[in-house]
Amino acid sequence: MPISVKNITIQALCCCLLVLAAVPALAIEHLRLATTTSTENSGLLDVLLPPFEEANNCRVDVLSVGTGKALKLGESGDVDVVLVHARSKEEKFVADGYGVDRRNIMYNDFVILGPIADPAGIAGSKKIAAALSRIAEKQEIFISRGDNSGTHIREMQLWQDIGVIPVGDWYLEVGRGMGEVITMANERGGYTLSDRGTYLAYQAKTDLVVVVEEIPGQFNSYGAIRVNPDRHPHLKVELAKRFLDYLVSSSARKLTTGFRVNGQQLFYIDE
Amino acid sequence: MDYLLTSLSAAIGLITQLNQEVLSTVGISLYTSLTAILLASVLGVPAGIALGLKQFTGRRLVLTLLNTLMSLPSVVIGLLLFGMLSRQGPLGGWELLYTPLAMIIGQTVLATPIVANYTLSVINGADNRIMSTAMTLGAGSLQSGWQLLKETRFGIMAAVIAGFGRVIGEVGVAMMLGGNIRGFTRTMTTAIALETSKGEFAFGLALGIVLMTIVLLINLFLNLLQHR
Repeated sequence: MPISVKNITIQALCCCLLVLAAVPALAIEHLRLATTTSTENSGLLDVLLPPFEEANNCRVDVLSVGTGKALKLGESGDVDVVLVHARSKEEKFVADGYGVDRRNIMYNDFVILGPIADPAGIAGSKKIAAALSRIAEKQEIFISRGDNSGTHIREMQLWQDIGVIPVGDWYLEVGRGMGEVITMANERGGYTLSDRGTYLAYQAKTDLVVVVEEIPGQFNSYGAIRVNPDRHPHLKVELAKRFLDYLVSSSARKLTTGFRVNGQQLFYIDE
Repeated sequence: MDYLLTSLSAAIGLITQLNQEVLSTVGISLYTSLTAILLASVLGVPAGIALGLKQFTGRRLVLTLLNTLMSLPSVVIGLLLFGMLSRQGPLGGWELLYTPLAMIIGQTVLATPIVANYTLSVINGADNRIMSTAMTLGAGSLQSGWQLLKETRFGIMAAVIAGFGRVIGEVGVAMMLGGNIRGFTRTMTTAIALETSKGEFAFGLALGIVLMTIVLLINLFLNLLQHR
């Protein structure tokens, strides 16, 4: 009967598809990591992840989004681990029961980037906050991440500290990743707040320079948190634990501090 | 399921309370898309009519080019125009990048081939006795052309509406040339992309509902025209 032949063909095809879809899933485990654009854009993860993947015969699927979104992904159990940078939000995430086992991983610092001509005249300023209030006063173009990322959260904190509510034609909230914001600030000849890591990774592609930096720095520390398996039983608890242990292991720390872009160190280790 | 329902009710709340942010985003979207479709119609309709009526060497080439342009992804148009308008680009001095005007230019480039192509097929499909009858009745070629335009007006309106549907829903040009600046170049589509990446699902959903409603209305209108 021609119909049954056709049926068999379809069934065989479906089987093939199922097998194809299932084979890689059976072969290796996948760990889902939500992290920020700064760790992904800088290229650090390309160095840090392969040794772990090899040792545990797994794959780490990286979702690079802003800190706000990364934590939301954790809340809804869409990822196993988050690696983000907004201390207050991280602590709240754990306190609210969404995450467990927070670890300090690494840090870098925030800097103000701007055009070399420096229209606001803030170069050499010792404080990032003071420089921001000068930018606001002179109404020079400032590009804000505006995306609830760790960098955006820090920027809002800084405005609040100096009692400025940034509104006006000069203040552009663009809601995009750090790399895109650097490109936009470059195009518009404006200023922006950036983590040093992303800037170093983009240095070759932009005319912007570090106009203001602080010593000691406006620290930007990254924490890794496991998503609470009590809320989401499907999570890969064992693998996530091993991943966090790996991140704070001496071999991972050596890779992190040894990571260079254009000969410059991007990340430092806590403690 | 709960998550979707609460988000949906929050979204509907934002729309019914005429949330300022939602309104401004919708306004910017409509402003850029309507201006772009106006420009695209001024360019595309005459181009379509000319292509439909005139035979000339290289016509096939122009038609192929038009079809290619029509299926060009908006990110490619965004990319090319970004290169033109960027500081290092030839038109960098105009300082258009990241302004609504840049988006309008990009969307015009996007919509013109669509309007021209649809107009062309309307003209091709029109009764070819319209022109000759008008001519016999003593009309000049301009006058008979006008007559043709009158006879095919519903088809041409459909062409314009198809172009509008394309630009109001596109995100590539708006994001790359507009830059998603809040209250200035943030459109419904770029806002949806942003709000989702921020984890603000309800706000994105509100804009999604507005966008879908607009597109639905456009298509209902189109349907109405086609059945006249």
